[in-house]
Amino acid sequence: MFLKTITFAGAFALLGSSAIADCGISGGNVSILSNDFPAIQAVTAEAAKCAGNGVTVETNLTKDHKDIMVAALTANPSQYSSVIVSNSTLVTLMNDGLVRSLDDLVAKHGSGLNKSQLITVNGKVMAVAFMANAQHLFTRTDMLEKAGVSNIPGTYEEVISAADAIRSAGLLEYPVALNTKAGWNLGEEFVNMYMGTGADLFKSGTAEVSINNDHGVATLNMLKSLVAYSNPDFLTYDSNATQAEWEAGNLALATMWGSRGSAVLDGEGSVDGVSSNTVLSSAPLWGNGARPASTLWWDGIGISTNVSDEDAEATFIALMNGISSDMVKANNDAAVWLVEGYKPSPASAGVSETAANGAAPYPMLPFMGTLHGALGGEISDFLQGTESAEQALADVEAAYTTAAKEKGFLK
Amino acid sequence: MKNRTFFWFILPSLITMLLFIALPIVSVVVQSLHIEHEAVLNEVENCGPFGCKKELVIDVEETKKLKLENPLGKFNGFGTYTNRNHLAFKEIQQAWIESEGFISFISMSLNLPFYRALAFTLTYTFIVTPFVLFFGFLIALGVNSLPKVMKGPTIFISLLPMIVTPLIGSLILFWMIDAQGIIGSILQEIFDDPNLSLKASPLLTWIMLMVYGVWHSSPFAFIVFYAGLQTVPSDTIEAAMIDGASRWERTKYVVLPHLMPLTIFILLIQLMDNFRVFEPIVGFSAQANATSLSWIIYNDISNNEDQFFGSAGATSVLTIIGVSVLLIPVLIRTWREFNRKVV
Repeated sequence: MFLKTITFAGAFALLGSSAIADCGISGGNVSILSNDFPAIQAVTAEAAKCAGNGVTVETNLTKDHKDIMVAALTANPSQYSSVIVSNSTLVTLMNDGLVRSLDDLVAKHGSGLNKSQLITVNGKVMAVAFMANAQHLFTRTDMLEKAGVSNIPGTYEEVISAADAIRSAGLLEYPVALNTKAGWNLGEEFVNMYMGTGADLFKSGTAEVSINNDHGVATLNMLKSLVAYSNPDFLTYDSNATQAEWEAGNLALATMWGSRGSAVLDGEGSVDGVSSNTVLSSAPLWGNGARPASTLWWDGIGISTNVSDEDAEATFIALMNGISSDMVKANNDAAVWLVEGYKPSPASAGVSETAANGAAPYPMLPFMGTLHGALGGEISDFLQGTESAEQALADVEAAYTTAAKEKGFLK
Repeated sequence: MKNRTFFWFILPSLITMLLFIALPIVSVVVQSLHIEHEAVLNEVENCGPFGCKKELVIDVEETKKLKLENPLGKFNGFGTYTNRNHLAFKEIQQAWIESEGFISFISMSLNLPFYRALAFTLTYTFIVTPFVLFFGFLIALGVNSLPKVMKGPTIFISLLPMIVTPLIGSLILFWMIDAQGIIGSILQEIFDDPNLSLKASPLLTWIMLMVYGVWHSSPFAFIVFYAGLQTVPSDTIEAAMIDGASRWERTKYVVLPHLMPLTIFILLIQLMDNFRVFEPIVGFSAQANATSLSWIIYNDISNNEDQFFGSAGATSVLTIIGVSVLLIPVLIRTWREFNRKVV
């Protein structure tokens, strides 16, 4: 994989020296590590155009970037001069001081950035966000019509009654899906749903978890009532599976990632009538909560600590080129861009509405990943009906506390 | 061989074993005795596209100082081994006091991640291993009695399950057993149950994983037995035939005793392999219903954003101990037989 991307980057580099525009870099090595999905491919391909005239650009796009980033950036000089980070991975890198403050670079080369793109921690810019993502509701309007439901559900209670109507009308036995694969996905669904209650996951100012309460029990019960309308295989459902089920026409109401929106709406790979009747809307509210049951995510640029200032500057300029308005115009529907020049489209409506309705960002806390892991491993027993909600929450609390002690977050 | 010659003869292997087997194990043991330093946390204001919020961050400078002083982390002794995510001494003790009977004690223990994984790992090992031996032997006997022209192709096809990478093999089967896959829908047809799903219930998931294990490992046993069958002395077989021994009697009294050393060899390898069961759990996305010791190690290191090296080290050491305990009876037996032959 790595070798392949190097060869590709080399090909880009050759192209660059002959034909591609000058980005104004005097020289340096740019190497980018990132996740692998269409929006990021567009950004890194655009950044790679800066190669040539003493500038090299290498990219490694891989789903396993999380596993290698810490080791790769700990090396001095670091293996990559940049990592495309998100709320959660930025924290992991900051925990070890592996990304540098971007204050100088933003002042020098970031004149075209919106202020909202700057991720600041304690007043220092640590990353530059370029796209937003969130899980939200996907609805099949034709199914709702046939079942006699007039409105697109705005709350999970309405989702359940609509699902019930669809089931009773004999349209679909399992109309609902969430990304509930045991592990990270399931943990994310709990976090999303819990956020809908408005409560915090931790006791303020400490690393002590506070989910073992009424909010936690209500969250679990809501998840359980939803998966009652999901295929019994729900504990194996990740984003790829839910998208495939949606495109096969087996679902009518699903909570999926906004970044899947354009793939679902493009009509490719879908059964007839699925894409044209799919509407993306805000993540639902539930209970007495005031904010949508979802978390907002961003993806952005982080620059390694352990590279020379010259390489850091070259990387920053190349990536500024990667997230330019021209790139956004050419790839408008690939993501919900936070960059100037982006035109909202039906594919981005869900994420935009979720953000406008006041959903909370995914917490940037050093111990959030530890809790997320504990949730993903411990709540599946409850959803399968072999354990009470109270027991499941006690298990999460115990697993988190043990793991957090090993990480040094708790004494 | 003189002791001196023997020493020089074995030295290269000895050095390699020290470097690539002993040292890594020592490093894993050392790692498992340490946890990370206490994090120095500061409350600061974080801002981004979705507004500002007061949140805790790690004080990198302070933490770096601690790390420089003691790069391995904080010494924790056997703390990681005995905590709730591993042997869970405290929780087991509590379960013993609170439980009303043996069954409730067991179910309380199986709620703990380590014991849940151990339960599946042991069940898998003790069910899959004998089946692999049995089917491997059966296939070897069958192939051995085929006409010569058909032997080559049959052997090749029989080896396929082993040639396919375990992760790929389990992924292919994962889609085939889906409710809409070919195996899944045929099973629904046979049992006349449209809701039958092999992925949903814990029991069916366990059975599916074990069937996969037998399917994947039988070719190994088959090929070893088949090689062994070529060495069965034809004189003895003919003598037995003259004495009027049936095919079953010849297999039982001549072939099986002849293949005993090979059986022990396969048993050893299979016990070790099956105790380390891992890929099918990932391939079948079965972690909600079945986890193994190796899966726990993987989960600690690469399934989450955080990596738990101490935890992974502790589980690795416990796995090594588990494999040793499993193998000791077989090894003792082999050792005794070896001594008997020498005398």
